[in-house]
Amino acid sequence: MREQDPLERRRNIREVPFGYSPEEAMLEASRCLLCRNKPCIEGCPVAVDIPGFIDLVSQGLFNQAAELIRKTNCLPAVCGRVCPQEEQCQAVCTVAKSHKDQAMSVQIGKLERFVADWDREHPVDGDGDRAVKPTGRKVAIIGSGPGGLTAAGDLADAGHEVTIFEALHRTGGVLVYGIPEFRLPKDIVEFEVEGLVRRGVNIVTNVAIGKSKSVDDLFAEGFDAIFIATGAGLPWFKNIPGEDSLGVYSANEYLTRANLMDAYRFGDGSDTPIMRGKTVVTFGGGNVAMDAARTALRLGADESIIVYRRSLAEMPARIEEIHHAQEEGVRFELLQDAVEIVADEAGWVTGVTCQKMALGEPDRSGRPRPVPIPGSEFVMPCSVVICAIGNGANPILTEATPAIETGKWGNIVADPVTGRTSMKGVWAGGDIVRGGATVILAMGDGRRAAESINEYLRTGVW
Amino acid sequence: MSSFRIRSNDPIAPSVFRMEVEAPDIAKYRRAGQFVIVHPSGGRERIPLTIADADPVAGTITLVYQVVGRTTAEMALLPAGGDLGDVAGPLGKPTHVENFGTVVCVGGGIGVAPSHPIAQAMKSAGNRVISILGARTADLIIMEREMRLASDDVICVTDDGSYGRKGLVTDALKDLLDDPSAPVNLVVAIGPPVMMKAVSELTRPYGVKTFVSLNTVMIDGTGMCGGCRVTVGGKTKFVCVDGPEFDGHGVDFDGMMRRQRMYSADEKVSYQAFLKEHGCRLEERIRELKRG
Repeated sequence: MREQDPLERRRNIREVPFGYSPEEAMLEASRCLLCRNKPCIEGCPVAVDIPGFIDLVSQGLFNQAAELIRKTNCLPAVCGRVCPQEEQCQAVCTVAKSHKDQAMSVQIGKLERFVADWDREHPVDGDGDRAVKPTGRKVAIIGSGPGGLTAAGDLADAGHEVTIFEALHRTGGVLVYGIPEFRLPKDIVEFEVEGLVRRGVNIVTNVAIGKSKSVDDLFAEGFDAIFIATGAGLPWFKNIPGEDSLGVYSANEYLTRANLMDAYRFGDGSDTPIMRGKTVVTFGGGNVAMDAARTALRLGADESIIVYRRSLAEMPARIEEIHHAQEEGVRFELLQDAVEIVADEAGWVTGVTCQKMALGEPDRSGRPRPVPIPGSEFVMPCSVVICAIGNGANPILTEATPAIETGKWGNIVADPVTGRTSMKGVWAGGDIVRGGATVILAMGDGRRAAESINEYLRTGVW
Repeated sequence: MSSFRIRSNDPIAPSVFRMEVEAPDIAKYRRAGQFVIVHPSGGRERIPLTIADADPVAGTITLVYQVVGRTTAEMALLPAGGDLGDVAGPLGKPTHVENFGTVVCVGGGIGVAPSHPIAQAMKSAGNRVISILGARTADLIIMEREMRLASDDVICVTDDGSYGRKGLVTDALKDLLDDPSAPVNLVVAIGPPVMMKAVSELTRPYGVKTFVSLNTVMIDGTGMCGGCRVTVGGKTKFVCVDGPEFDGHGVDFDGMMRRQRMYSADEKVSYQAFLKEHGCRLEERIRELKRG
C-alpha cells in the first residue's frame, strides 16, 4: 500500500498509508484462494466473514462487502487500521502458508480498511437503515471506547434502548485520546459514533459512573443490564529517582494532550500545552511507546529515542508500527533500561541514566529476562521523557461498587466467554478486565458481552 | 448531550468570580471536598475547580474561580443564561468527615471557597468549627458571610492588616494551637501551596492531623492520564483519584510546586493572546465589582 514519504510524514499528523485504489483492492482481493477451511475467520476475534467480503471486493461490489463486514464488526474502518492482523487473521492465511512467508498473506486488514472507507465515502441509499423491533429493555454501557461502542451497536441492533456514559467530553475512549491521528484519523471515529447515534444509541458525556450515579442508581433508573468498559487506568511509572522532574510524562498524558486536547495545534486553536523537547526519550516497547515516539517527531523533536530493555525480537509492538517508527527516524536503543532521570537545579529533565542489559533465562512471560550489566551506566541527554510501560486498573467504578469482584491488580474479574461479573446484571470487558490489551480484543469482549446480555434479557437467567 | 446552563456569573472580589451552574446530577451527588473538571469550549484546557456549594433542590452548583489564565478568563466572559460547555463531576474522594472535636478550617485566598462545604460538613457532624480566612488585603477576603454560617467562629487575617488581624493565617492558627484550654483535633488547610506547606510545618510539631486539598494540573481528572501525580509519604499518588485531600505532613510540597510551574511560559502565551483580543471585555467584567 502506498504511504506518505517517511521524511515528510514525520512532520505532519496526516495518516501514513494512503489506502488502496479500487483497482488495487480488487487485485489484492483476487489473491484470496477462498479456501474451504477459512482459518482467517477463526483468527478474527469478532469472526468477520473474511473470504465472503473479499470475494465481493474482487467483484467490485464494495458496498455489499461493507454490509457483510458490518454484520459482525461495527467498526471496520477502525479495525482495518489498528488490528494486529499479522497475529490474527493474516497469521493463519492459507496463501501465506503456501508461500511459507507470513508477509505473503492476503492483506485482509488493508482490504477491510478500503471497504470501510469506500462505504463511508460512497454511501448507498438506505444503507444502515435496519428496521428493528424495540424490546423495551434498557442497557447502560459505561465507557465509549472500542468495547463499549461495539456492544452498543450490537445491542441497539437487537432492539434494546442503549445509553453510553462517557467520562470525557468526547466519545471514542482510547480511539480519540490515545491512538494518534496519523494512525487513526479522528473523523473516522466520529463517523462511526454518528452511525451509532443514528441507530438510536444515546450518548451522555461528562459522567463518571461511580462518582455521580452508581451502578445501583442505574438499575434503579430502569436499566436492565450494564456493560462496563472503562478502559485503561492509572499509568505505571518505573519508580526510579527523578521521575517527578519537569518534562516527564506518562504516555497516557502525552498522547491525551496531543490527541484529545490537540496540543500539536497549541497557539493555533488549542490552549493545551505540551513540552516540545529537541530530544525525547520514550521507555517501553509496545504500540503505545511507538505512538508516543512518533508523536514526538511530529511535535518537532530532532531526535526521538525508544529505550527498551530487551531486543527487537521481544518487542510487543506490531511489526508495522516498529517499521513505521524506524522509517521515520525513531532511534531504537535496545537492551538498556533507565535507572534514573537526571534534572537541572530547577527540576527540568536533562537526561536519562541508562544501564545496559543482557538477555538471560526466560521469565514467566516466556521472554528472556533482561539482566543488568554492572558498571555499564551512561547518561543519554534529553529534555522530555515519556513512560510507556503500561497501566493499572481504573479504581473509580470498582471502589464504588464492592459487589463487583476484582483481581489482585484491581481489574474486574469477568467470565472469559460471557463477560459476566460477580454482580447480577453487570458485564465487563476490554482493558478494565484484561489490563493493557488491544482495540480488537476489547471489541471482541463487547461483542460477546452483548450476546450474553441478549440471552439474559430474553431468558432472565443469570 | 447535557447542557450546563449558567444561572449567574458575577465578580465577588478583584479577579474572583462566583458562578452558579445548572448541574442537577453533580448537585445531587457531590460531597464536601470533591471537584469538577470544566472545559468551557473546544480548544480550551480542562481545568479542575472545587465545588464551593451546591443546591440539590434547585439542581445547581457554585464554582468560585480566580481569573489566572485563558480558561478562567473565558469563563468570566460567559453570560448568565449561557452554557458552560463541559462539566464533569463530582470527582475525587470526598473529605473524611466525622466528629473529631474541634476542627480548624484554614482558607487562603480563593481556597476559602473549597473550605466552605468542608466547614459545613464538619459542623453538621458535630464538630466545633473555627475558620481562619486569609488574604493579602481586605478586598480579597471572600465568602465571609457563608463561612460565618458554617462555623462557630471565624478569624479573618490580612497580610496588610486592612481587615481583621494583621499577619498570616499561620499566626492565627498558632495562637489556637497554643491555647491549652481548647485543643485542636484537626486542621484542614486549603489555599496556595506555600500556605498549605506552612500550615503543615506549623502543625507537625503539635502532632495535629492536617488535611490539605491539592489543586494540580489535570486533564481527564478520572485516573487515566497521571498528570496530577504528587509524592505523598514517599509514594506517587494521583490527586484526581487518591485525593484531592492528603495528609499535609506527608506531601512533598516543593516537588508539587515545581511541577505546577511546568507550563507557566505556555500558559502566559495563551493568556496574552486572549487578552490581546478580549482584554477590554475582561477588564469591564472585573470592574463590575465596584459598580456592585
